[in-house]
Amino acid sequence: MAHISQNEVEHVAKLARLELTETEKTLFGEQLSQILTFVEQLQEVPTEGIPPTASVVEQESVLREDVPREGLSREQALSNAPETSEGFFVVPKILGK
Amino acid sequence: MALFKLTLKELQEKFTSGEISAGEIARAYLLRISQVESKIKAYISVNSKESLLENAQAIDDGLKAWRKTEPLMAMPLGIKDNICTEGMRTTCGSRMLEHFVPPYNATVMTRLKAQQPLILGKTNLDEFAMGSSTEHSAFGPSRNPWSQKHIPGGSSGGSAAAVAADECVAALGSDTGGSIRQPAACCGVVGLKPTYGRVSRYGLVAFASSLDQIGPITKTVTDAAIMLNAIAGHDPLDSTSANRDVPDFTKSTKKKDLKKLVIGIPHEYFAEGLDTEVAEKIHEAIQVLGGIGGKIQDVTLPSTGRAIATYYLIATAEASSNLARYDGVKYGFRAKESQELAEMYHSTRSQGFGPEVKRRIMLGTYALSAGYYEAYYGKAQAVRTMIQRDFDAVFQEVDVLVSPVMPTPAFQLGERLQDPLQMYLSDIYTIPANLAGLPAISIPCGLSSKGLPIGLQLMGRRFEENIVLRAAYAYEQATNWRSKRPVIRS
Repeated sequence: MAHISQNEVEHVAKLARLELTETEKTLFGEQLSQILTFVEQLQEVPTEGIPPTASVVEQESVLREDVPREGLSREQALSNAPETSEGFFVVPKILGK
Repeated sequence: MALFKLTLKELQEKFTSGEISAGEIARAYLLRISQVESKIKAYISVNSKESLLENAQAIDDGLKAWRKTEPLMAMPLGIKDNICTEGMRTTCGSRMLEHFVPPYNATVMTRLKAQQPLILGKTNLDEFAMGSSTEHSAFGPSRNPWSQKHIPGGSSGGSAAAVAADECVAALGSDTGGSIRQPAACCGVVGLKPTYGRVSRYGLVAFASSLDQIGPITKTVTDAAIMLNAIAGHDPLDSTSANRDVPDFTKSTKKKDLKKLVIGIPHEYFAEGLDTEVAEKIHEAIQVLGGIGGKIQDVTLPSTGRAIATYYLIATAEASSNLARYDGVKYGFRAKESQELAEMYHSTRSQGFGPEVKRRIMLGTYALSAGYYEAYYGKAQAVRTMIQRDFDAVFQEVDVLVSPVMPTPAFQLGERLQDPLQMYLSDIYTIPANLAGLPAISIPCGLSSKGLPIGLQLMGRRFEENIVLRAAYAYEQATNWRSKRPVIRS
C-alpha cells in the first residue's frame, strides 16, 4: 500500500513548481497514495528482457535540408506574453532581495 | 428537412449541386446554435455572425468565379479548443490560456482551411484534455444532448455534443486515452482515432506526445472518412508523422458486407465491470457483424488488465514534462505581484491550473523523480511493449477487434468528480489502442433503457483505417442507429 507523506507531497510540488494550499496537500496526498497503490500492480508483471517503448513510431532520425525560412515575427512571438519591453520578454528579478 | 439535420455528405451534395449556398448554411447553423447552445454548452468560443457571414459570402462569390468546389467547402465545423487556430483564441479549457491567441495554425487547420470550410467555433474540453467528462473545463461542463443531467464524455465532449446537437456538421477532437471515442459513444455519434502518426500533431497543444492523435467526430462513418481524407498525411513539422501514402478513405465506405474479414472478440474486454446492458448491445452487434459475412473469432489480449496503470504513469509523466512550459513568461496567464522569478512560476502555475491538471502533474513528476523512475515510468514502458505485442500477435489472426467503448453509458454530472481513480477506470477499453498506436472507431450500437447511447469500438492494425472504416460502415448500414436522434428539451 503506497503512502505519500506530507513531506513527499511538498517535495514533488516543489519539483513541479506548484504551490499547494494545506487542503490541497492533504487531498493530493490521499489521492496520489490511492492511485499509486493501484499502479503498483505493475510490479507483479515479469518484464525481464522486455525493451521499453517510448514511442510506437519506428525510431529513425528525421532530418531536413538546413534552409532558412520565414518564422514568426518578433511582434507575433511576443504577442501573447504577459509583459514585454522593447522587444523582450520581461520577468521579475531572478535573485531575491 | 432542416439543414442542420443533414450529414456532412448530404450537406456537401446540396452545396455542390448549387441547391444551397454557403450563406444559407452559415445562417442555418448560427440559428441552430442560438437555439440550443445555452442548454448544451458545447462551445468555448463561437465565431462572430459578421465574420461567418463574411466567410460564407467569400465562398459564394468565389464559387461563381471559379466553379470549383472542395469536399469541405462551406461545411460548418467545430474545432476542439486545444487545436491552434491563428487569430482565434485557443484556451485548452484552462485559465492558463484563457486569452491565448495563437499566431499560427495547427497543420490540420491549414489543411482544412485550404478547402474553405466554415469554422463555427472552438469546442469545450477537460482542461488540457485531461478528463473523461468535460467537468474539468475551467469554463464549466458541456451537457449530453440526450440528457442534460449526464456528461457528454470527454475530453472532446464539446465536439461530440456539438455534433450530436446539430451545432456543427462535423468536428475535430483529440484522443490520448479515448478522448474522441468515449464522448462519441456517450453522445451517439461516430468518433475516429487514427493511427498514431497518420495525422500531424503540429499545433495540437501537447498533453502526452507519444499518445496524442487528432481525429474526426461525425454523424456517420462516411463523414469520418471525408474528414480523415482532409487532415491525414505527412507533415515535415511533426517528426512523428508518418511519411507514407494516404488512401482515399471514402472508398472504404461502399461495401455493405464483411466477406473475408475476420473479426476478433477479445474476452478481456468483456470481463468484470462491464455493465450488463452495454454487454448485451455489444453482443447483439457481434451477431450483426457475423450476419453480414464477418468471421467471428474469440481471441485473448492477456495484458489488457495492466493498461490503465501503464497509461496513467506514461501519460502523466509526459504531461508533467509538456506542461512545464506554462511558466508565465512567453504566453498565457501570469500571477500578479510576484517579487521574484521562482515565486512567479509557483503562483502562476498554482493559480492557472485546475485540480485535475495539478493532480496529474504531481503524479507524473513523482513517477519521473529520482528513486522512482525505474520502478514506475521504466516499468510502465516495458508493460507498454507487452500490450503492443499482444495486439501484434492477435492481428496475425484477425483483421478487426470488436469491444465496448466504455464500461457503462454516460454517467451523471458530478457522479465521479470526487474520485479520480474511479474516473480513470472508465477508460479501460479505449486506452490500449493509444498505447499501441492503433486506429480505432466508436460507432453507435443502441440505447440503454434510460435512453442513453451506447458505443461499439472497432480497432485495426496500424495504418489500416480503411479496414476499420469498412467494418464500421457495413455495421452502420446494417443497423441504422443513426436515425435515432436526441430531443433537446428546454
